[in-house]
Amino acid sequence: MLIIKDLNVSIQDKKIISGLNLEVKAGEVHAIMGPNGTGKSTLAWAIAGNEAYTITGGSITYRGRDLKELSPEERASEGIFLGFQYPVEIPGVSMTNFIRTAINEQRKYRGLQPIPAPEFLAKMEENKKLVGIDSKLTNRSVNEGFSGGEKKKNEIFQMAMLEPTLAILDETDSGLDIDALKVVANGVNKLRSKDNAIIVITHYQRLLEYIVPDFVHVLYKGRIVKSGGKELALELEEKGYEWLKN
Amino acid sequence: MDNEENSLLDHITQGEYKYGFVTDIEMETAPKGLNEDIIRFISSKKKEPEFLLEMRLTAYREWLKMSEPRWAHLRYKPVDYQDIHYYAAPKKKQELQRLDEVDPELLQTFEKLGISLEEQKRLTGVAVDAVFDSVSVKTTFSETLEKLGIIFCSFSEAVQKHPDLVREYMGSVVPSNDNFFAALNTAVFSDGSFCYIPRGVRCPIELSTYFRINAARTGQFERTLIIADEGSYVSYMEGCTAPMRDENQLHAAVVEIIALKDAEVKYSTVQNWYPGDKEGRGGIYNFVTKRGMCRGSHSRISWTQVETGSAVTWKYPSVILLGDHSVGEFYSVAVTNHHQQADTGTKMIHIGSHTKSTIISKGISAGRSNNSYRGLVKIIKRAQNARNFSQCDSLLLGDQCGAHTFPYINVENKSAIVEHEATTSKISDDQLFYCQQRGISTENAIGLIVNGYAKEVLRHLPMEFAVEAQKLLSISLEGSVG
Ligand SMILES: Nc1ncnc2c1ncn2[C@@H]1O[C@H](COP(=O)(O)OP(=O)(O)OP(=O)(O)O)[C@@H](O)[C@H]1O
Ligand SMILES: [Mg+2]
Repeated sequence: MLIIKDLNVSIQDKKIISGLNLEVKAGEVHAIMGPNGTGKSTLAWAIAGNEAYTITGGSITYRGRDLKELSPEERASEGIFLGFQYPVEIPGVSMTNFIRTAINEQRKYRGLQPIPAPEFLAKMEENKKLVGIDSKLTNRSVNEGFSGGEKKKNEIFQMAMLEPTLAILDETDSGLDIDALKVVANGVNKLRSKDNAIIVITHYQRLLEYIVPDFVHVLYKGRIVKSGGKELALELEEKGYEWLKN
Repeated sequence: MDNEENSLLDHITQGEYKYGFVTDIEMETAPKGLNEDIIRFISSKKKEPEFLLEMRLTAYREWLKMSEPRWAHLRYKPVDYQDIHYYAAPKKKQELQRLDEVDPELLQTFEKLGISLEEQKRLTGVAVDAVFDSVSVKTTFSETLEKLGIIFCSFSEAVQKHPDLVREYMGSVVPSNDNFFAALNTAVFSDGSFCYIPRGVRCPIELSTYFRINAARTGQFERTLIIADEGSYVSYMEGCTAPMRDENQLHAAVVEIIALKDAEVKYSTVQNWYPGDKEGRGGIYNFVTKRGMCRGSHSRISWTQVETGSAVTWKYPSVILLGDHSVGEFYSVAVTNHHQQADTGTKMIHIGSHTKSTIISKGISAGRSNNSYRGLVKIIKRAQNARNFSQCDSLLLGDQCGAHTFPYINVENKSAIVEHEATTSKISDDQLFYCQQRGISTENAIGLIVNGYAKEVLRHLPMEFAVEAQKLLSISLEGSVG
């Protein structure tokens, strides 16, 4: 589904990712771990298409298409979802309006009519239950004044509403209490299927008890220095990253 | 002035003195320039009563002594007032046969605004099918209004048919020497609208619906007078979301509203005059004086405006709160993009006791534009227990535009409660990217954010226009980012 080859990414002429390779197949869950500031979010931004992150070499291919050709919104409509490490507040725009607009824009891209209101409302109800948020929250402006945990839940809620093919969750588990963590895991596990793929970026192996990954990668200084199965996460938790530095 | 014009002018001038300046001179356009003879010419062409000619002349003489205001946060080339034709007989627009003869860019905008095909034709001057016969629509409305005793007609018609009302109320809110542009308008106004709602009558239709039919033909020096008699109500809509082009660069309109005891007037405007091109060439200069007077107790006037057009906007719809317990409201969204400049706001003058005013102003600036809010809240000594609440917000797109707030608060009575809030915010790249990542294009994201921001104002618009105005906001900001 996603093939990243020899990727180089810079921000303002500063090289953050250099020579990164990664392949994610449909049906797989990959976890990416690594110390702070090593380029995990940068990788996520590059896949999502943030212009501030310049691809200076290599390629990202998604379902056979070079992502270079697609704008961020086209990538989203092609099924790429990014759960933000720091969700953005948009004052004045209600969650309901926001998510309806997003769904309809994506449907338009795929040549579909806008979602019928009853269907939309039913879907809202279902997913609000799934992530345990109520109408009080969805009637508010996008992320405005949401608590840290509410913001993260809201990312999962949006993911559930948009039903992406490839979801990248950037530290969605950070700052969550144990119940909220389960909510996130539920959301992810619901999306999990043989047709979808998920990349979770996390610092904690705790999340991986609920979302069992097929692969764990360690990102260090802009490249993947070690890959393994779920047991690698445990090993990292025990030993830290020091032992990988050479 | 060239020779031909000189001789024409001589001709008129002499005509005036020799023959008492009757209208047998077959002329459809007055020569360029402004002087007393031109004013007499306009007045006689329109067969106006003596008092109106006197009013025009007085205004003209006052105007000569005045100079163009320079205090606004605006920069533009000075207007050459002698280079304007002050009278042109209402020309019939050349009728096009089919919509595909119309500027495709204009049609695209109509499409985006969701304006019906028939209405598109009407607005662009294409011959209209019999099915949508604007004349018959008008007649139906007129009958409804007539039954209730509501007078709603062109200003010229009112001058002929209801001279007493015109005489009593015209200039009672905006005196002819009020300001440079108002004086000019009073001297040379061409036409406009007149509306009178009799005592106790609630106008059952949005006068917008009707007015829209005429909206495409507003003049350069428009004059509007609205009188709401005791206990009456009217909601009045001026303008149109469709982009308006006009070869006249200078527009100086005057709108006066009078609300008597217990009367309520809601005045909504959507202004979308040609703003000039992306480089700032061309565009309309819009210098408008709009003022309402809450004359009676418990009367109420509210201004709601959506300003997206014009190269230069100078406009302060105001309310004089004379009657006790009267209420004035101002809700405004002003958008500037590219090189547009707007200096707009309101004045709330509290004279009566227990008077109340609310000001909600939302400025949106993009491109290299400049957007200023200028507002005065004045509470005079005898105005016991007056209240004002003002909120002035600015939203910036990009970092080359400017937003400015000039609030003037002048309170002479200690019992007054005046609150002022102001915020400035920016649409950040992070916000736009967040939307894009959900599949929403930058342009739609801006539309979404801007409409959320302007919601408080838009909800005061008549329903049918609120939807169009929402789309208009997004369209006005197209090409402002990226
Ligand atoms: N906009 C930017 N301008 C300058 N430097 C940036 C910018 N964004 C990221 N960086 C730098 O790039 C490096 C990688 O950042 P990134 O956010 O990808 O790290 P991360 O692996 O996600 O870290 P964390 O675990 O703390 O979230 C860091 O050194 C960071 O300071
Ligand atoms: Mg990060």
